[in-house]
Amino acid sequence: MSRIAGCFEQLVEQGRKAVIPYIVVGDPSLEITVDLMHELVSSGADIIELGVPFSDPMSEGPVIQLAHERALANGASLRHALDTVRAFREKNQTTPVLLMGYANPVEHMGYAKFADAAAEAGLDALLTVDIPPEEVAPVNAELQRVGMDNIFLVAPTTPDERLHRIVDQASGFVYYVSLKGVTGAGHLDIDNVAHHVSRIRENTQLPVAVGFGIKDAESAAAVAGVADGVVVGSALINAMAAAIEGGADHTAAGKVAAGLLAEIRRGVDSVTS
Amino acid sequence: MSNDAVMNDFASVPDGDGRFGIYGGKFVAETLMSALDELENLYNKLKDDPEFVAELDADLAHYVGRPSPLYEASRLSDKIGGARIWLKREDLNHTGAHKVNNTVGQALLAKHMGKKRVIAETGAGQHGVATATIAARLGLECQVFMGEEDVRRQALNVYRMKLLGAEVIPVTSGSRTLKDAMNEAMRDWVTYVDDTFYIIGTVAGPHPYPMLVRDFQCVIGREARAQSLNQIGRLPDALVACVGGGSNAIGLFHPFLEDKDVAMYGVEAGGHGVSTSQHAAPLTAGTPGVLHGNRTYLMQDADGQIMHTHSVSAGLDYPGVGPEHSWLKDIGRVEYVVADDDEALKAFHSLTRVEGIMPALESSHALAYAERLAAELGPDKNIVVNLSGRGDKDIHTVAEIDGLEF
Repeated sequence: MSRIAGCFEQLVEQGRKAVIPYIVVGDPSLEITVDLMHELVSSGADIIELGVPFSDPMSEGPVIQLAHERALANGASLRHALDTVRAFREKNQTTPVLLMGYANPVEHMGYAKFADAAAEAGLDALLTVDIPPEEVAPVNAELQRVGMDNIFLVAPTTPDERLHRIVDQASGFVYYVSLKGVTGAGHLDIDNVAHHVSRIRENTQLPVAVGFGIKDAESAAAVAGVADGVVVGSALINAMAAAIEGGADHTAAGKVAAGLLAEIRRGVDSVTS
Repeated sequence: MSNDAVMNDFASVPDGDGRFGIYGGKFVAETLMSALDELENLYNKLKDDPEFVAELDADLAHYVGRPSPLYEASRLSDKIGGARIWLKREDLNHTGAHKVNNTVGQALLAKHMGKKRVIAETGAGQHGVATATIAARLGLECQVFMGEEDVRRQALNVYRMKLLGAEVIPVTSGSRTLKDAMNEAMRDWVTYVDDTFYIIGTVAGPHPYPMLVRDFQCVIGREARAQSLNQIGRLPDALVACVGGGSNAIGLFHPFLEDKDVAMYGVEAGGHGVSTSQHAAPLTAGTPGVLHGNRTYLMQDADGQIMHTHSVSAGLDYPGVGPEHSWLKDIGRVEYVVADDDEALKAFHSLTRVEGIMPALESSHALAYAERLAAELGPDKNIVVNLSGRGDKDIHTVAEIDGLEF
């Protein structure tokens, strides 16, 4: 069983929902990312989603886009992301880690080479924003070879026939994008999210996590009421950036993000236990 | 690959998944996939529909002003003392560039889909102006994304777009040029996908865009082919067009692809030279990768990050290229070459002084290479150069380089 499947199985047994923070490798600095991952786990993260910085992050809103730019300026890359996972695994062998990014860095490294390096580093899954099921076969062949999960996005605009096609290729969990738009945008319509999550559940046994638009404990709690997990990204990155702008050093900024995640954890647990 | 196999392929690309060999495809976020499917289905239904074709043809004739002439630049040819150079005068189209051919077509699709709003990305502003123009004519809301750097160097076109009622949104991320404007347009489209039509300006982006933009631009090559037979008495020996994203080039080349004796040259922006990093020549100095929804040749670093580009021409300042060009390069049907900033500027002045035609800096790259080619080929040969746009928009850039201030 994959680390992600095991994680969700355990959560179900405990009657809990997954909290999945997203941070960008190398933001605010290269040195802090591994410590920040551990800190997020201490604050209640069940799965860590690591953003791989890309020069052209077309699906990101301004907050995460700037995080990508900062990370690139710090010299972060896909290779650095894998090094980060390897370093994280020195102290933590249980928390699943997934890389979220764009096709080109992975394609440039080569799918086979990426899969080998990622498996060796202790990575659990890959989510490429811009590789839909139509284009995923060569990637999935390599991920499956090394026993790695491939996470897919489902959008509000995904019709049923595409939904079948996506869940056929997906493993680990399904990531439902709660709104049309980029990361960090808009307001959640929880009834709409509930409708789409149940539509996904009719098509797959995989757990469903929801991301985009989750800003605080309240919105996280609302989503946790209808899904198996919540992903929170822009809010954490924004909190760190604001702290740094206010004069905090990187470590202190990381603690601010971890504090926000702890609040989100409490919000999520309030509806599930 | 035998010639026959290649010829059959020309008619059959892209395949059902939007691929030209390994290039093309639909590499976008899931939110956009159903919009692309909808566009593809509509286009496949309409493209052979006699009513749609008649509507498009009428717009091209009476609004755009087609056919554009094929003009023999005999003074330029005499000056070089080589092959006869013919100019396909896309600069004479309404709005002053080939871009309008495509926006007329896509605007008709938007109308058929009942969209109220169109968006576009633009580098030099030619596509932005063409989109704003069509939006004004159809009464559609229009927003144009443009890199901050390009807003600065193309102030004239920015003002034109505003006069036409469009909102120009300066993009401050990344290199502040065309690629970043395209990112921002994609972000907008994801957010407002229900009521917005994204008019992509070149033969790049996710399927079906490279196919439908090509189809709309093929009017250039169809006309040029018929005009060559009529005016030269035979097909030309060579075609030359500049390649940024590559829509004017594919428009000229495509109707000639099966004419195996017609040589074709796509001219990329050599900037300060392809041996430096200051250029925009992915087919000459790049490698395949995935950007803006398609797999194609890109300028990228060892980590797969997209590199900043440089060209004196804002319209060529793009790190990628349409996927069909990538395929045509690999199968060897089109030769891709470069002209650098200095050569393009020289060609700009040369055509202006010798023929009284001021070319866009984009087209000046094609002219620069055509002059080289003409000298090699000799006087019994004929070269058709796509004069993709007029140079009015570039006067400030040229003046600045010449040390003039307005």
